[in-house]
Amino acid sequence: MTGKQDGLERRTRPVPRTQAPGYSGIPGWVRMLAVLAAVVVVLPLLAMVLRVDWGQFLPLVTSEPSLTALGLSLRTSAASTLLCIVLGVPLALVLARDTFRLRGLLRSLVLLPLVLPPVVGGIALLYTFGRQGLLGRTLDVFGLQIAFSTTAVVLAQTFVALPFLVVSLEGALRTSGSRYEAVAATLGARPGTVFRRVTLPLVLPGLASGAVLSFARSLGEFGATLTFAGSLQGVTRTLPLEIYLQRETDPDAAVALSLVLVAVAVAVVALAYRRPAGARPGPAGRTTAPAPPGRTVR
Amino acid sequence: MTLSFQAAVAARGFDVALTVRPGETVAVMGPNGAGKSTLLAGIAGLLRPDSGSAELNGRTLFDLDGGKRTWVPPYHRGTALLAQEPLLFPHLNVVDNVAFGPRSAGAGNAEAKEQAMRWLAEVEADQLAGRRPVELSGGQAQRVAVARALAADPELLLLDEPLAALDIHSAPLLRRLFKRVLAGRQAIIITHDVLDALMLADRVVILEDGRIAEEGPTRAVLERPRSSFAAGLAGLNFLPGTLDGAGVRTRDGLKVSGHDEEAGQLPMPGRPGVAVFPPSAVSVFLSDTHGSPRNSFAVTITDLEPHGDQVRVRAGSLAADITPAASADLGLAPGMTVHFVVKAAAVSVYGT
Repeated sequence: MTGKQDGLERRTRPVPRTQAPGYSGIPGWVRMLAVLAAVVVVLPLLAMVLRVDWGQFLPLVTSEPSLTALGLSLRTSAASTLLCIVLGVPLALVLARDTFRLRGLLRSLVLLPLVLPPVVGGIALLYTFGRQGLLGRTLDVFGLQIAFSTTAVVLAQTFVALPFLVVSLEGALRTSGSRYEAVAATLGARPGTVFRRVTLPLVLPGLASGAVLSFARSLGEFGATLTFAGSLQGVTRTLPLEIYLQRETDPDAAVALSLVLVAVAVAVVALAYRRPAGARPGPAGRTTAPAPPGRTVR
Repeated sequence: MTLSFQAAVAARGFDVALTVRPGETVAVMGPNGAGKSTLLAGIAGLLRPDSGSAELNGRTLFDLDGGKRTWVPPYHRGTALLAQEPLLFPHLNVVDNVAFGPRSAGAGNAEAKEQAMRWLAEVEADQLAGRRPVELSGGQAQRVAVARALAADPELLLLDEPLAALDIHSAPLLRRLFKRVLAGRQAIIITHDVLDALMLADRVVILEDGRIAEEGPTRAVLERPRSSFAAGLAGLNFLPGTLDGAGVRTRDGLKVSGHDEEAGQLPMPGRPGVAVFPPSAVSVFLSDTHGSPRNSFAVTITDLEPHGDQVRVRAGSLAADITPAASADLGLAPGMTVHFVVKAAAVSVYGT
């Protein structure tokens, strides 16, 4: 056989994502409500930007407490994102691929922090790791005090951010299915090899966007942190806490710092939802045309 | 060098015992849902049967019958599986896909790549080595998938409809490739195409409802089918019933005369048997004609369809091939009651 003959074979091209403009069938009033929805989100942000004292912006943002808070926020968020990856990848894998009783219950419980008021999470953490808490008492014996430390900040952030990574990764795992893993196993690859060389690379885009979302959620964490870690400058006072504190004394500084967080959030969302051309394989990475209709029993 | 397999899966009504001899390629055919894929998954270790045992070349694959239950995971079975879709790892290029098996077996990167290139050359796809799977056509991708399966050095190759998803241009090329690589190789191939069974397999196994309906050398099964599925594959009319002299009495009480293929043996009336005849031996009449030795069945036409240069007249499970002119003369249309007439000499009768 030659390349020429191969050229006869039909090429399956990826379906273009952008649709040609056509009839959409959306009623006019739905469009109006959609615009209203966008306004609800965008208008407050605009109002805040309009309130920024640009002359004082740089000095306010680069003041010593601001920089300390920003540095702490970035460090703790990075740590909690790492923790989310280390713990969230196995959890997502088990939820997506294993079949066991109470899986549904486990998933619901793990996703609870998504809908739980963060301050409730903080209280729960306090009764776990606090000095009088479930584990705190034992840890105290070993001279470990977690509550109101930087570790507590990381724990609080991990608690609220973990579901973001798990949800996003579990979705990616379900979409890609386990057929590649089955093929890899029949080719002689042990589970460890399959995980490293097949599963992880296939869901890397999902893992990346999950990690970015977790990082963003960690960066914005307020309620659980304040409850469980307090507000000690340089130790537990992250940027959101600093903003809340400044609001009382120096509203201009609060607004300026808020804008910094908005900028970070915009960057994060752009990073998480961008689709680099060709970098993301189709869900199943299909390389063949679907079975022709003639595939029935003759 | 033998595969012996016996397993039951209650939930799927699956109960099959199968042996594949050294160097033998067995085609597994059957209607959808007959348990063909269950069979391969059970051998490959992707599905755990309720009971049964299997051995490949003296190694136990699983043994779920005795007190000591053994279960060898898929990665230790030496049974590479090639599916309808190539399932090339999309994040690896072609040569790394093919090198996956050798790498998993512990070969170094350079050595694995060298082996991969050898297998790519074997399937005439070495010029694709640097490509990504998305840059391949369906036929090219399946070709690479064949190389990947072979590179894993399997003792038994499992092929699950490997040609079904290919377009009409690529399928013949791939079939030729399979003919070459399957020669002298122990393999099981699931197929819907009787051509695959004839060209690629030494033996065919017909699965129906999770059981083996019949098995034997491909030619013999097609010439003397004992299951309605095999008769359908061979394009023959198939009337099961009980032997009655030189004929078969069907469950509907129809008496079909034919010539006894097992002439010389003692006639065994009452034994299950079949009457088989090709649609081309059937004539269609508007009224009943008498004259021995002929069979005449009053039937209602269900369908008329083109069949080569003939018209195939279908009436339930029976079919007749007549010329378009004859069809027009008779004014045939679905719903009409006609008589299918076939000479006894054209009907083969044998026990099942």
